[in-house]
Amino acid sequence: MNIHEYQAKEILRSYGVPVPPGEIATTPEEAEAIHRKYGGTVVVKAQVHAGGRGKAGGVKLAKTPEEARAQAERILGMEIKGLTVEKVLVTPAEEIASESYVGVIVDRASKRPVFMVSREGGVDIEEVAARSPEAIRRLTVDPRYGLLPHQAYWLACSLYDDPAQQRACAKILQQLYAAFIDSGCSLAEINPLITTPSGEVKAIDAKMNIDDNELFRRPSIAALRDESAEPPAEIRAREAGLTYIKLDGNIGAVVNGAGLAMATMDLIKYYGGEPANFLDIGGSSNPDKVVNALSIITSDPNVRVILFNIFGGITRCDDVANGIVEATRRIDIRVPLVIRLTGTNEALAVEILERAGFGASTSMDEVVEKAVALASNPPGADS
Amino acid sequence: MAIFIDENTRLLVQGITGRDGSFHARQMMEYGTNVVGGVTPGKGGQRFEGPDGKTVPIFNTMEEAVAETGANATVIYVPPAFAADAIMEAADAGVPLIVAITEGIPVLDMTRVYAFVAERGARLVGPNCPGLLSPGKSKVGIMPGQIATPGPVGVVSRSGTLTYEVVYQLTRAGIGQSTCIGIGGDPIIGTSFIDCLAAFEQDPETRAVVLIGEIGGTDEQNAARFIRENMSKPVVGFIAGQTAPPGRRMGHAGAIISGSTGTAAEKMQALEENGIRVARRPIDVVDLIRAVL
Repeated sequence: MNIHEYQAKEILRSYGVPVPPGEIATTPEEAEAIHRKYGGTVVVKAQVHAGGRGKAGGVKLAKTPEEARAQAERILGMEIKGLTVEKVLVTPAEEIASESYVGVIVDRASKRPVFMVSREGGVDIEEVAARSPEAIRRLTVDPRYGLLPHQAYWLACSLYDDPAQQRACAKILQQLYAAFIDSGCSLAEINPLITTPSGEVKAIDAKMNIDDNELFRRPSIAALRDESAEPPAEIRAREAGLTYIKLDGNIGAVVNGAGLAMATMDLIKYYGGEPANFLDIGGSSNPDKVVNALSIITSDPNVRVILFNIFGGITRCDDVANGIVEATRRIDIRVPLVIRLTGTNEALAVEILERAGFGASTSMDEVVEKAVALASNPPGADS
Repeated sequence: MAIFIDENTRLLVQGITGRDGSFHARQMMEYGTNVVGGVTPGKGGQRFEGPDGKTVPIFNTMEEAVAETGANATVIYVPPAFAADAIMEAADAGVPLIVAITEGIPVLDMTRVYAFVAERGARLVGPNCPGLLSPGKSKVGIMPGQIATPGPVGVVSRSGTLTYEVVYQLTRAGIGQSTCIGIGGDPIIGTSFIDCLAAFEQDPETRAVVLIGEIGGTDEQNAARFIRENMSKPVVGFIAGQTAPPGRRMGHAGAIISGSTGTAAEKMQALEENGIRVARRPIDVVDLIRAVL
């Protein structure tokens, strides 16, 4: 789960990280009022789950309340990487003497949290890593002991020459690590961590990604989810216990298992079609899941055919077949269904489907080819 | 022969009285796996009823279960909130093979679990995996036993149902398997592709290996280098997720393209550059394997 910059900043602030004040505006009027409160120059920043907000024109300075209002008016409603901006953060602009990067991630290779810090802040750390890896200092943390004080200090010394700034930064790194662990993050970064002309060290942008598997035990973090930032169909799918990701094609797919679902998308592409979604109905075989899956897929107007690819192991094919029959009773499905079922209770499933007037195949390639043909030449379409 | 599990495997089931644990304990017993007992705190002293009137003892703790049964493997079906501790309990009890089926364990828990298990010298398979199947000998986990048949091909995969698909196609083509192992779809897992490849290389029964990877991380790239440098047996690859959009988690917690790393194209290229044939479709694995056997 992603959270917004302003939410990450609130978390970091609660751990003692020096973060400038800021407030959220959802209307230009609110942005204007916030400027009147702070005075001086403010930054109006789009709050969306996308990188490159500055380049997209979603981050602007405003010297007067009227300017704050005008900038908020331009940014609110703007689309950045397909996401609509619903909120802006209004925060006093800081004078910047230097910009650094500090971040911690769960590293797959070492299977531990890894810190990365660099004097090259304010840019994408992946770019720095590709261009000049020597500009990044890395530290692997033993998760059983956490970030030790001397380790934090060693990282800080690579960023600053001034002893007071080194100490301030070391403290921030320990606060960042504590926030990272307590919030169940897979990534937490401050970019940039700045120094001001008077020598203060401050966090002026922050990002945290939360491990979805942590949410069950962290209700206060789970409550930060911004559903307006997600496609409604994906929210419905999650609530129904399905994993659904909308794509741009016209072949809807219902599959059990993530690996097989990806392989099915790939096979659609192999035969010249375009998948409309990734959808994993998971391991259990509750017919309701099939009904929910079909109702979500049919809400996508691009879908011209729906493909089922079920490999029955724990999932029972007859349960899926019953779900399909039930769904066609409850939902008005106007596109053809192409069904492949194989494995546990396959014969029973085929019988259930045939009684309801559906055909079923046991070959994955056969049904994908058929779905691709139907999508490019739907029955009843004007030729 | 086979890898990690065979007819000498003496298995405990952690979470044996739960919905998934009880169902799969019976399935494993029906397959012929030597299930010697189970653990559910608070139900110690009771017996678990398997198929055909067979029963096995239930214990409160792993320590007791291992002492009483001499188990050398355990499979974990407990819910995510308790799974990390269940793995560490198994390692503390000295079990050399721990198979964690549970999906949804927080990855920060796994950073600590991994270090804990490694220190005690145990092998962890998973979490978020379908387990292992050595056809005709033993089944640990949730793979459907009837799709596999004994033979010379080792199968190692990050996926569940995609593995079944490939194993099923091999079986239908008359090509059997030595061991099928699902290593799990999470970002942090105990046993890597390389661990399995090294074991298959040592296993006299295995003559060729199928490696099924997916987007996310660099394990397939590391495996590709390992194969070129250390393996005499032929390996055939398949990678899922060629059409996956970057930055989205494709069902598995570990299946995500981060920035420009972890793409299917990059993994397929790494395999091919190291001399490994890569199937374009799951069905093509069959022909590629037949050609190298």
